[in-house]
Amino acid sequence: MCLSAFSLFLGAIELDIAKLIAGDWEQVRILVISRIPRLLAILCTGVGMSVAGLIMQKLCMNKFVSPTTGATIQSAQFGIALSMIFFPTMGLGVRTFFAFALAVIGTLLFVFFVQKIKVKDTVLVPLIGIMFGNIIGGVTNFLSFQWEINQQLSTYFSGSFALIIKGNYELVYLVLPLVILVFIYANHFNIVGMGQDFSKNLGVNYSLILIMGLSIAAVITASVIVVVGQISYIGLIVPNIVSMFKGDKIRGTLVDTGLFGALFVLVCDMIARTIIAPYEIPIELVAGIIGSIIFIIMLYYKLTHGKRGKKGVKAGE
Amino acid sequence: MNVKDLIKSYGRKKVVNEVSFEVPKGKVLSLIGPNGAGKSTVMGMISRLIAKDSGAIHFEDKDLTKWKSRELAKKLAILTQHNNIQMKLMVRELVAFGRFPYSGSRLTPEDNAMVDKAIEYMELEEYQDRYIDELSGGQRQRAYIAMVIAQDTEYVLLDEPTNNLDIYHASNLMRIARRLCDELGKTVILVLHEINYAAFYSDYICAFKDGYIAKFGKVDEVINKDCLKDIYNVDFEIIRVKDKPLSVYY
Repeated sequence: MCLSAFSLFLGAIELDIAKLIAGDWEQVRILVISRIPRLLAILCTGVGMSVAGLIMQKLCMNKFVSPTTGATIQSAQFGIALSMIFFPTMGLGVRTFFAFALAVIGTLLFVFFVQKIKVKDTVLVPLIGIMFGNIIGGVTNFLSFQWEINQQLSTYFSGSFALIIKGNYELVYLVLPLVILVFIYANHFNIVGMGQDFSKNLGVNYSLILIMGLSIAAVITASVIVVVGQISYIGLIVPNIVSMFKGDKIRGTLVDTGLFGALFVLVCDMIARTIIAPYEIPIELVAGIIGSIIFIIMLYYKLTHGKRGKKGVKAGE
Repeated sequence: MNVKDLIKSYGRKKVVNEVSFEVPKGKVLSLIGPNGAGKSTVMGMISRLIAKDSGAIHFEDKDLTKWKSRELAKKLAILTQHNNIQMKLMVRELVAFGRFPYSGSRLTPEDNAMVDKAIEYMELEEYQDRYIDELSGGQRQRAYIAMVIAQDTEYVLLDEPTNNLDIYHASNLMRIARRLCDELGKTVILVLHEINYAAFYSDYICAFKDGYIAKFGKVDEVINKDCLKDIYNVDFEIIRVKDKPLSVYY
């Protein structure tokens, strides 16, 4: 997995090298200003979104919770819309802050709601999340039409790397220290994922770690949305696929999850760029199509092969 | 550990009412009683999982609530009855979490030695690299107990550990509880439904009824016709097997 990520990483650069050799200084500038930032943004996005999904799944004890199905993405977009309405002249800083704040609030609200009403059904939780997300999305839509910012806002809806150039993407680097933070607290998140009693028994502050973990996931998601826009499903499917092979110990799977996420986004981006070249389609479209297909396969697999597991759980109760 | 005037109500109903007792150190104590008598709630309160309404719990001469969570985790371990962890963890990884209160995320060689010892103690060597969701109920229960052993606490609290185990695994588990006390010198507190397991494997029994303590004492003081009839409202016959009181009911 590591190797394949690497080879594709090289592949993406080679595309540029060919141009570089043929071209001159102009080509170098394209490389530095546009291509390298794009590649880095793609990698950060892939790593960030999949790690955010990983934490959310572990903390919520539910394989189907992710930034897409946990209202995080919609909340961040709502935050961006609010900042455009109330502070239209302010720059990226305010917008980012609003996205962060709303994403954190939205995610925490969703998780506490789900915990309060004690939803037992694993499939029901993400469904509630999707509904909750759609409500927020609806409000965002209404506001954006009301204030006529929908055009401006649309870049934050369908993620695309086409607009990434040097100077406007650096915010995604925020993903890196956050992912390192996740690595440091990986075992804490694992323990919290095993439940409240379990955490107390091992002397871990359940609520504190839960809020911290969810906030990290929300901020990662929001920073990706501010720079790239919405990219669905990565946070949902990547951690699940990795967990099938590598188990659920966060320390052990974090690196693989990140790399696989980066690989997934890289492949999607390449498809998006080549399919109607020289134009490109938003990566959200590609990721959405591929992601939803994999998601359906995954659900099907869970329902047919998961029966044994479900019985086991019932017997264990 | 000393428990005094413990009260807990859910809504208007007092589920635990002025419960006071002293946990005998280095012994096996079983809490028994009918459903809803409050034994699991008491267990939850002395293990700090459930907040008490009033009363006092002193643990090693210090109020339980004054203990730092991490410090307490080195002294007292609790295994609850609902352990349906939805996580694909290897047995060894799970057991290693028992060392968390000591070393956090970085395991020292001593920690690894403790983990090895706990796995060996529970005879899980051949399963240590298997995922817990692939194990049978009995094996999984053993893995959880191995984690508690790795936690290396003086007090081990097990809430209905024999639930859903067949006779073979349940009696095995009771023997392990006994060995934890006899061989490792731990104080073991159990919540049990099965009176005969309590009678055969514990030193002391605390019987609950309607939130009160109906009887606290050595096994023979509690397991007798009158006392059990009083607690369960069922007629009992007592037969002595291996010098232990075996109760028969129908």
